[in-house]
Amino acid sequence: MTAAVELTGITKRFGDVVAVDAVDLVIDDGQFFAMLGPSGCGKTTTLRMIAGLDFPTEGSLKIFGDEVGTLPPNKRPVNTVFQSYALFPHMNVLDNVAFGLRMQGVNKGDARAKAAQAIDLVRLAGMETRKPSQMSGGQQQRVALARALVNEPKVLLLDEPLGALDLKLRQEMQGELKRLQQELGVSFVFVTHDQEEALTMSDRIAVMDQGRILQVGSPEEIYEHPANRFVADFIGQTNLLEGTVEDSSTVCLANGARVQASSDRPVGTAVAVSLRPERAHIAATEAVEDRPSVEGVVDRVTYLGNARVYTVRLDWMEVEVREENRPGAALHEPGAPVSIWWDPGAVWVVGDE
Amino acid sequence: MTAIDIPEADRVTLEFEALAQRQARRRGFLLALPAWIYLIVFFAVPFGIVVVYSFATRTSRGGVALSDWNLASYERLGEELVRNVLIRSLGLALLTTVICLVVAYPFAYFMTTLSARVRNLMLVFVMIPFWTNFLVRNYAWRLILAEDGPWNTTAEAFGIDTVIDWIIDLPGWIAPDFLVGWLVDVPEPLFTKLAVILGLVYSFLPFMILPLYASIERIDGALLEASRDLYANARQSFVRVLLPLSMPGVVAGSILVFVPSLGAYVTPDILGGGKEVLLGSYIVTQFGTARNFPFGASLSVVLMVVMLTATIGYFRSGGRNL
Repeated sequence: MTAAVELTGITKRFGDVVAVDAVDLVIDDGQFFAMLGPSGCGKTTTLRMIAGLDFPTEGSLKIFGDEVGTLPPNKRPVNTVFQSYALFPHMNVLDNVAFGLRMQGVNKGDARAKAAQAIDLVRLAGMETRKPSQMSGGQQQRVALARALVNEPKVLLLDEPLGALDLKLRQEMQGELKRLQQELGVSFVFVTHDQEEALTMSDRIAVMDQGRILQVGSPEEIYEHPANRFVADFIGQTNLLEGTVEDSSTVCLANGARVQASSDRPVGTAVAVSLRPERAHIAATEAVEDRPSVEGVVDRVTYLGNARVYTVRLDWMEVEVREENRPGAALHEPGAPVSIWWDPGAVWVVGDE
Repeated sequence: MTAIDIPEADRVTLEFEALAQRQARRRGFLLALPAWIYLIVFFAVPFGIVVVYSFATRTSRGGVALSDWNLASYERLGEELVRNVLIRSLGLALLTTVICLVVAYPFAYFMTTLSARVRNLMLVFVMIPFWTNFLVRNYAWRLILAEDGPWNTTAEAFGIDTVIDWIIDLPGWIAPDFLVGWLVDVPEPLFTKLAVILGLVYSFLPFMILPLYASIERIDGALLEASRDLYANARQSFVRVLLPLSMPGVVAGSILVFVPSLGAYVTPDILGGGKEVLLGSYIVTQFGTARNFPFGASLSVVLMVVMLTATIGYFRSGGRNL
């Protein structure tokens, strides 16, 4: 099967700045694919290169097998939903949505009929004659979606499409996007800095930092088995306990404690043991038996309603532990000496690379 | 206490707000007062006098009889000589406006693509000519266009006999023959309509660039990208998105160029050699040598009405970004 989008050795330089650094990436057809990373990591530039709004300095960019790296955007079978929506303010909703078809030479009547269908698809029927300025952010977002989808792109590109919406609306639109993607069966390539959004919506995620792709995988793979320190830290919350590999199943932590953690790295490599707050448990010192644990003192407690987060000071770092707020759960006051323990399979060893 | 009674505290608040509003209004009035006085003394009153004069009668000794009110001055606007002056002036002003628009638009667009620092520098360059006196700049053009001036010597350096010949030889779709014939009626550039238009374009180009720049700069670049993403080629993107969205700047710039071009006096006089009678110099003649104040006044009123109509039309069309 041909990949929907295939980047090979794609590099983009702006003057001396390398925005995207030799990226290889394959996006299969029919996937909800997220590009995730902090701002400035190169994810938007990568998306813009697929759209044709920026051109790669080096490398090959194929869409369904055709080399498109140097084609202008109007010659590519992809459409974009812009971060600011970029709706034409001087046109009403119907003309906005019909624009792409009109530019492809579809006659006015057919273009409007198809546009009306697309407007229906995003549940805005009845709003055809409104101007974008007369609509809410969520509605504008839907118009932008309809305007792109009406052209039946082979790949839909979305640049932080939900960034400007408030939380409630964003969750609603997440569901809507997922529904549309499954209904239409085309690939959605989606740029976001919100790891939770990427985890909830995507089939696959590419995590980027400083112009490079650090890991590509399903949400589970990325959360459970982060490729390195950066990914572990960026996706969800985690405690990184510094140490060195002692043998294939033991890591010696910075304070000399040995914990059971398997890795295939050579003996002596500096690594970190990633311990997610929700996988750690907290107990009064004497209560812990035979399990991997470290000892410390409760520094502060953050009450979240459904959970409590304990910040525990070890003699060499701070660790956060999340305890679900169940009736009868033991409470620990600041200043109390505690042990933090976990199941042997709960941790994951990460390195720098 | 009845149901509609406003509680004491609320009533105090209301009174206080009303007072604050009155004060704000009075302060606004006081701040605007100097401008109002200026406008009344230097615009409304003189314009009123001009309007009154335009209905008066010229006495046999060149004075004005403010008694015998009539429309004779306006009837003269229909005379062929006067009509030709009006048409010639409108034609030159229109052509000047179109040339300014065609030259300024790409320049203004280009400026918006530059970094803020370079952009400000360009703005300074656009405005530098204003540092030199208008009259001096017009005389400079007279030297440039003179028979042995840089205009012709440069042309010779490029192997062109005279620029005028070159213009005449241009293909018809760029420079239609009737237009060239109308613009250039003598073999030398100086003292032709072409020279007048050159001078006017040169003088008023900044008035076109600045509003165009302000208007284009305000357009979200993502809109142009979106149009390209939606299969528009560069030309369609310009016609369907950039041009309509920059229309306020196009209209504002056109008014700012058209209005002073229509009433221009100095440039046609210096570069046209006074040979081509235009509205501005025609009015001067009426108040000067002809000593026909009522007719000069009626011409001025016509000019004012055209300008006010254009300006009001602009503001009513919703443009507000001068």
